[in-house]
Amino acid sequence: MKIHICLTGIKTIILDCNNISQYSVFLINSALMNRRDIMSAVNPDQYSYPSVFIYGHRATGKSHVVLSIMKDLELPHASVDCVECVSSGLLFHQVLSAFFGPDAAALLPRCPSLSDFVRLYKQMSSNSPATQTRYIILDRAERMRDMDFSLLPALLRLQELVNDNVTVILLSEIVWEKFRPNTGCFEPLLFHFPDYSKGKSLVQILSWDHHPSYTPELYASYINILLGVFFSVCRDLRELRHLAVLNFSKFCEPLEKGEAKESDIHKLWKNIEPHLQRAMQTVYLREVSSVQWEQQQMDEKEATTLRVLSAHAHIELPYYSKFLLIAAYLASFNPARTDRRFFLKSHGKIRKTNFLKKHEKTSNHLLGPKPFPLDRLMAIFYSVVDSRVAPTASVFSQISSLVTLQLLSQVGHDDQLDSPKYKCSVSLDFILAISRCVCVCVRLLDLLALSLVIQSQVVRQERSLFTAVSNLHLL
Amino acid sequence: MWTPEIRHVASRKYAGQWREITGPAPVKMSKRRSAALTGAQGISLAQKLLRERLCHQKLPDQPVGLDSQYKYLLELLRRTAVHGESNSVLIVGPRGSGKTMLLGCVLRELMSLKEAQKNVLLVELNGLLQTDDKIALKEITRQLHLENVVGDKVFGSFAENLAFLLEALKKGDKSSSRPVLFVLDEFDLFAHHKNQTLLYNLLDVSQSAQTPVAVLGLTCRLDVLELLEKRVKSRFSHRQIHLFSSLSFAQYLDVVRAQLSLPPDFPDPKFSDEWNHSVTKLCEDKTVEEILRRNFNGSKDFRSLHSLLFLAVSRVSVSHSTLREADLIEAWRLISVDSKANVLHGLSILELCLIIAMKHLNDTYDGEPFNFQMVHNEFKKFIQRKSHSIHKFEKPVVMKAFEHLLQLELVRPVDSGVCKVQREYQLMRLMLEHGQVMEALQKYPQCPTDVKQWALSAFG
Repeated sequence: MKIHICLTGIKTIILDCNNISQYSVFLINSALMNRRDIMSAVNPDQYSYPSVFIYGHRATGKSHVVLSIMKDLELPHASVDCVECVSSGLLFHQVLSAFFGPDAAALLPRCPSLSDFVRLYKQMSSNSPATQTRYIILDRAERMRDMDFSLLPALLRLQELVNDNVTVILLSEIVWEKFRPNTGCFEPLLFHFPDYSKGKSLVQILSWDHHPSYTPELYASYINILLGVFFSVCRDLRELRHLAVLNFSKFCEPLEKGEAKESDIHKLWKNIEPHLQRAMQTVYLREVSSVQWEQQQMDEKEATTLRVLSAHAHIELPYYSKFLLIAAYLASFNPARTDRRFFLKSHGKIRKTNFLKKHEKTSNHLLGPKPFPLDRLMAIFYSVVDSRVAPTASVFSQISSLVTLQLLSQVGHDDQLDSPKYKCSVSLDFILAISRCVCVCVRLLDLLALSLVIQSQVVRQERSLFTAVSNLHLL
Repeated sequence: MWTPEIRHVASRKYAGQWREITGPAPVKMSKRRSAALTGAQGISLAQKLLRERLCHQKLPDQPVGLDSQYKYLLELLRRTAVHGESNSVLIVGPRGSGKTMLLGCVLRELMSLKEAQKNVLLVELNGLLQTDDKIALKEITRQLHLENVVGDKVFGSFAENLAFLLEALKKGDKSSSRPVLFVLDEFDLFAHHKNQTLLYNLLDVSQSAQTPVAVLGLTCRLDVLELLEKRVKSRFSHRQIHLFSSLSFAQYLDVVRAQLSLPPDFPDPKFSDEWNHSVTKLCEDKTVEEILRRNFNGSKDFRSLHSLLFLAVSRVSVSHSTLREADLIEAWRLISVDSKANVLHGLSILELCLIIAMKHLNDTYDGEPFNFQMVHNEFKKFIQRKSHSIHKFEKPVVMKAFEHLLQLELVRPVDSGVCKVQREYQLMRLMLEHGQVMEALQKYPQCPTDVKQWALSAFG
């Protein structure tokens, strides 16, 4: 199969597609508009615009299309990834060695400045003038904003500074408005690489990875099921390919076992769908590595006991530490004036003060934990814990170990020994999990429930107390 | 000791500088002008000419609309070059208004004068490249070809070094020194160097009448004089040439026509006549005039015009050998598209819902910063009450979508860098406007109706 690509009417190039992978063929076809735009803009035999900026989402084919144009037409180019260039000297070195050979790059002084680079480039290009446009391709160009402030504006007008037929192509995920320096610069041509549409392109591309021992239609239906679960969350082609490859063996399990035929899509769907949902909570979030995921599929453990990365899920804490943590959570998220109501045996009604009325919009659960002094923590702890506890050093040392585990965080200076302040850094889900482990009486649940009710009362006045409490008891 | 080569270097360097340095071998032009080129060759030559004009910023024969500034600058430099008078001048104008072009044309004419050609030395410094005074001094030494003279000498201060260099230029058969023109591009960046030593010394020399020196600064900042220290400002002659484009729309259209037309010495006169005729007809077309008027209202400078015309010209090919209005319309569409809308088009539904939740928070709380917990709360309210098509996602999945938005810089933290607070509670701002979000929603492919309704509703 041959593709004719017309280059602004000057010559036609015939590419033999057997040498290029199918992926790039597809890109050439579907991104023909982009490629044609770019190719017409960067004509190699004549002058091109000094700088071009290409932006688009991840995995939309930006680097691939540009590099494939360069390779197919055998244009002199230097491709640099800005993530690798910790200092600008590395960038200069790569560009010079790509255009003029490693000897030219060796002429750069130790810590080359932009001035050295331009001077050397001018010298080299006067020795070997360009017959074709030279291209410098800078991938992940958003990193250049963090390098020297003059690097980006200078590279954008490099053609003028070195007096050579050179074009700089910047590839990035982020839009051009965020790159522009304060006093302005030479504006490049902007090109956008659109994302893939679900129906036409994405399904087609993903279907190319199909396993040879199964029909393409089966794989296409598998892809459709996968996209049904993941498309509303993620559109990154690389991520979707990875997930497709990982889960295909599970999908084909019923076929291998002989329980279903290829046309029983419904049965296959019922088999794979809960598995994909679990994948969304683990592999997609990188809580579990792909190796572990594949192993788990082979061992066929149906129980959902996956060892996930977030260590919080299975921390084993000593008995009093659990109560300390619960007390810390209550101290962080309940305002201090409600302590009296919760923790004293005889309490009066709480009256909504002016303060509450003014700050109804924001509740503590949305703003984050508040710092509390140690005394308040100990007071709540003594009222929460079910047995009598003496204030020994072992209890206090558990507070320090909670800080080390980063379940509590210390606020303020380290040297403030008098009354240190702390903040609770764990979420409600974790606390509820702990309080279920601890032999907890209804009173504790009520305390938590009431704290949530206070905050929900603050947010929505019309929600009645009873429905709130009953909802929370269902947790 | 300066060698006689220096005499010619300046003129040769200057005259050749803006001509085509690289490029393919020119098409052999036959003596008989009526020899017609084939269609492809004609197109290729036309493209080459136009690209040189639009991309490479070839110097025009006469700058358009800048006559008084041209004359003033030429006279000033002539006085330095021929009569040995020291001067300093700043050329100030917004980006793309033609400062470098004006200077290039003036220097080209100056170098064509016989007296100037033999004598004048040119030193070109750029604020972007010479970011430090030491680097600048090395560059000056290099451009004056005095590296051998300086050799390994160590100087106590910048002033000594500069004085030595200028002294070295004096030794020769003439008793007076040769005039030096210092061109400082991005002049405002030199004002950020430590103590502004380079500027101080150069302007000091220009005031002290030791060597005839002309200091020309080009800058885009109108307030450049505020950046100078008092001692530097007092040595500056306060001559400024302002380049503000004063073209009317009719003149602008003439410029467009001139930029797109082929010159009369084009080898194929039939082709060039046809081309020029089509260009004239194009400029009279209503839609094209509308597009050019919109561009003119946006910015009067030629750089944005060049990028628009370039995108149109690059579509010309053998099958499509004249410039048509569809080309210009397409070029205008490419230029005027909103890039953030393009980015929003490619987001997933979950990310789009988060953006709508942030928009609602902005509307309700008048643009106060929010954190992830608040956004998640809004999203949960939508899921519970109004949504049918979006099912409930776990909090970590929503967090990953939020972090993707952070990576795309559609959402930015208020105090970037300080992360004493947990991730979920860090305050952020949305970098999109209400109108942009609504417009993007209209174009979003297969957007569920309940999401659209939620976005349009007044209070979440």
